[in-house]
Amino acid sequence: MFGIKADWSLEVFERYFTLDDYGAGGDVRWCSGCGDFSILNTVHRVLRDAQVPPEKSVAVSGIGCSSRMPHYMGTYGFHGLHGRALPIASGIKSRRPDLDVWVATGDGDCFSIGAGPWLHALHQNMDMVVLVFDNGIYGLTKKQTSPTTQQGTKTNTHPRGSILPPLNPLTITLGITNVSFVAQVVDWNPPLLYETIKAAHEHRGLSFVRVLQRCPVFSQEFTKPMQENPDKFVLLEHSEGINIDDNVKRLFSNVVEHDPSDWLGAMKYAKDEVNMPLGILFKDPDAIVYEDHSSVGLGMTNEEKVAGLNAAFDKFSI
Amino acid sequence: MNDQVIKPTEKPQQIAEHIVEIVSDSGEGAQKCGQTFAGICGKMGNGIWTVEIIPAEIQPPARTPAGGSGNRIRMGSKIMTNMGDEADLVVGFNEQVLYARIANGAYKEGTIVLLENKWASDPQEKIREEYTSAVAEFRKNGLIVHELPLEEECLKIVSNARKGKNMFVLGMLCRIYNRNAELGLNEIHNTFKHKGEKIVKPNQDLFNAGYQFAKENLEYFYDIPAYDGAEEVLKNVIITNGNTSLGLGVMAAGMEMISMYPITPATSASHYVADVFHDVGGFVHQAEDEIAAIGFAIGASYAGKTACTITSGPGMALKTEMIGLAVMAEIPLVIVDVQRGGPSTGLPTKVEQSDLLASLYGEPGDAPKIVLAAATIPECFEFVIMARKLAEEFRTPVILLTDANLATGVQPWIRPEIKEEWFSAPVDQSPWNKDIPAYDWDEKTGLSQRPIPGQPDGMYVLTGLSHTERSKVSYNSETNQITSEHRSRKIAALQSTLKPPIVHGVDSQEDEGDLLVVAWGSTIGAIEEAIDVLREQGNKIASLHLRFMSPLEPGLPEIFSRYKKVMTVEINYSDDLNASMITSENRRYAQLANVLRAQFAIDIDCWSVVYGHPLQPGMLIEELTKRLDAVNVN
Repeated sequence: MFGIKADWSLEVFERYFTLDDYGAGGDVRWCSGCGDFSILNTVHRVLRDAQVPPEKSVAVSGIGCSSRMPHYMGTYGFHGLHGRALPIASGIKSRRPDLDVWVATGDGDCFSIGAGPWLHALHQNMDMVVLVFDNGIYGLTKKQTSPTTQQGTKTNTHPRGSILPPLNPLTITLGITNVSFVAQVVDWNPPLLYETIKAAHEHRGLSFVRVLQRCPVFSQEFTKPMQENPDKFVLLEHSEGINIDDNVKRLFSNVVEHDPSDWLGAMKYAKDEVNMPLGILFKDPDAIVYEDHSSVGLGMTNEEKVAGLNAAFDKFSI
Repeated sequence: MNDQVIKPTEKPQQIAEHIVEIVSDSGEGAQKCGQTFAGICGKMGNGIWTVEIIPAEIQPPARTPAGGSGNRIRMGSKIMTNMGDEADLVVGFNEQVLYARIANGAYKEGTIVLLENKWASDPQEKIREEYTSAVAEFRKNGLIVHELPLEEECLKIVSNARKGKNMFVLGMLCRIYNRNAELGLNEIHNTFKHKGEKIVKPNQDLFNAGYQFAKENLEYFYDIPAYDGAEEVLKNVIITNGNTSLGLGVMAAGMEMISMYPITPATSASHYVADVFHDVGGFVHQAEDEIAAIGFAIGASYAGKTACTITSGPGMALKTEMIGLAVMAEIPLVIVDVQRGGPSTGLPTKVEQSDLLASLYGEPGDAPKIVLAAATIPECFEFVIMARKLAEEFRTPVILLTDANLATGVQPWIRPEIKEEWFSAPVDQSPWNKDIPAYDWDEKTGLSQRPIPGQPDGMYVLTGLSHTERSKVSYNSETNQITSEHRSRKIAALQSTLKPPIVHGVDSQEDEGDLLVVAWGSTIGAIEEAIDVLREQGNKIASLHLRFMSPLEPGLPEIFSRYKKVMTVEINYSDDLNASMITSENRRYAQLANVLRAQFAIDIDCWSVVYGHPLQPGMLIEELTKRLDAVNVN
């Protein structure tokens, strides 16, 4: 197959991957109108454009609607346990830094049952893309309150309206030491979604992307006001951030310059729950990446291992 | 000096074995003294088994029964396999720390107590009174107490006796047991040489003073000859505790990852490995919790680097869901459970064998897996290597059970010769044959090969949901039935490759008798010692020690059929049939007894206790004698 390089010369790739290589074939079984389709297609495009060999990529998930994503990928996949996608993904990366790791999780899976792993994965900052499909509701188990459900929303567990104001995942994420990439985006703006996920994929470290996602069945009231009123958002723009097309920019009345290395500024936008930020809030390319330490000694030969072991045994000789 | 006249003896008295304890407040160095003394005894060709005496707190208050810290050393002219019964000789740095040992049944009438006497003249009246009344009480209970001026003697050499009294005591013990003083001086040199001669010298002086003091003032002078063949063994022996053996096993198995969360008494295995893993290209991951620890290990295993997680009871409870996932999705993984007393937080530092049933049946849903139990310190090493191989071969998690007794017991064992074949093979990254599904179950055995991420054309999505051979989610009733059969069949396939276990104590494996004791895990030393004594008395008794808990080793019903009565001996809880409310209908059996009764429909009895300490051969001989009498009466 052939690919076109930027300088228009023809380069022959040994293998060239098309979108089909990143899909699993067969039906994708989310509800009609679900925002997950858009995220899935975008991930396929980002992988295609990066030409990551499908066998080198692993999609890891927990439990929930979001977590069906690996089943719709033509890569390796691991559909794990509720709330536990991140430790599994981290374990995969720990001794296989050559693998390209993606995590699909949801607001219940990540912010509720997976809250512990969420914080520690951010702290460890292993090189992976973490996409939180946040629809502000438990969908797969049929409409229970999630940590990001809007206050007053009637759910099956809170029929008189959810009691607490929603948890703010962005301020929590930004508050973790060694966090290296925080972004927020919506599923219904494909160019913005593409640029955000692409930037997340290119970043070395844990890229946390909260995708505000439509659930047409259980939580229309979560995203509908946002869809109908783009002025509720503040679009973050910067040369170190994402490349935003003018056509996209035109949709938003609030576009601001925000340097993603400015943590305090990021926190300010993250905290604004009336005018929510879109784009890259924070990026630190210098944060410690845990697998640089956990993968120590890869490639050591058996001879070296035997020598190391013998030295270990020597210490217990009498 | 005290009320007993002590005459120095010129010629040592030959004895076959002795148990010595050195107990002090935390931080006074009794442990160092005990370890060094045990090392010297080992080098002189004695069999040794040492047990750490550990206080529950890091810095317990001084002069309290709960604060005792030190070592028990059992040494003799044979290979030692357990901690034995009551101690023969004890060195106490104060009288209070001995109370906890007495409460544990560690001493007997006639135990010699060499006790620091400085407390008799302490400025505080309360301490003087405590000391005087304790000494009187010890004597009343039959202990032979010698009040010795340890502090006073040490102060002749150093200004602070708190640092160094242990070396004075080491010198005393070396004289009492006629040990080669050069070995002691060398040990001190090796221990302190990095601190320079100004530290080595006073410690060696203290050692010499202790040696001389014992020679001039104590009547005790023993000699414990080396065991037969010791000279040959000593050429190639190492001394470790069971947790260090586990750690060495992880490295020798070629595993590159321990993923753990701190929990007593398992953690020291990871401490050891963390220190040296670098040298063999591995990494200890400290996870945020027990669940994340096993999740991380599962991730590494899925990606082709079979990993190990090491924990104890409460950690096992938390890992349950992940173990179920590893069974369902057939992920190779080694899970080590260093058992402690339970349930719940229970007895963190003490031994119990209470996690057998939880290991076998702990997961909701049917979750067959391999469960092994190491019985000895060398097996802690060997079984990790076996566990990794079985995990990969049978594509399953393997639980390896050890316990707090093995974890902290120290014993010499033959240094193994490292074999490269123990290591895991490099991760296969060659193209996978597209026609072979991710779970290509063999109809007969349930076994299959797995694709590893990175292998072209092997792409599949692992899931904990019921799945087809192509790992596609399937709620089809037929699929669930068949895949359950396949997972179970693997365990049977493993069983078909095992050999029947060897009956201990018998002249021939066709032996018949009155009573067969069946057991597992760290109790082997005490049980086999008791069996040997009872057989020497003419009893028709034997024992059988199981290493495979799932699957069970083959041939058990046939072996059981040759004995009039079969019972298990375990350190987990069971009801005593004579206890209040207990009847044959509601009696709860010990855990292995439960498994064997259920599997074989044979009326297997049991005797088990949960005192938190290892079995003592003496206690066992007493109980088994009663059982033998009952068999012969009926």
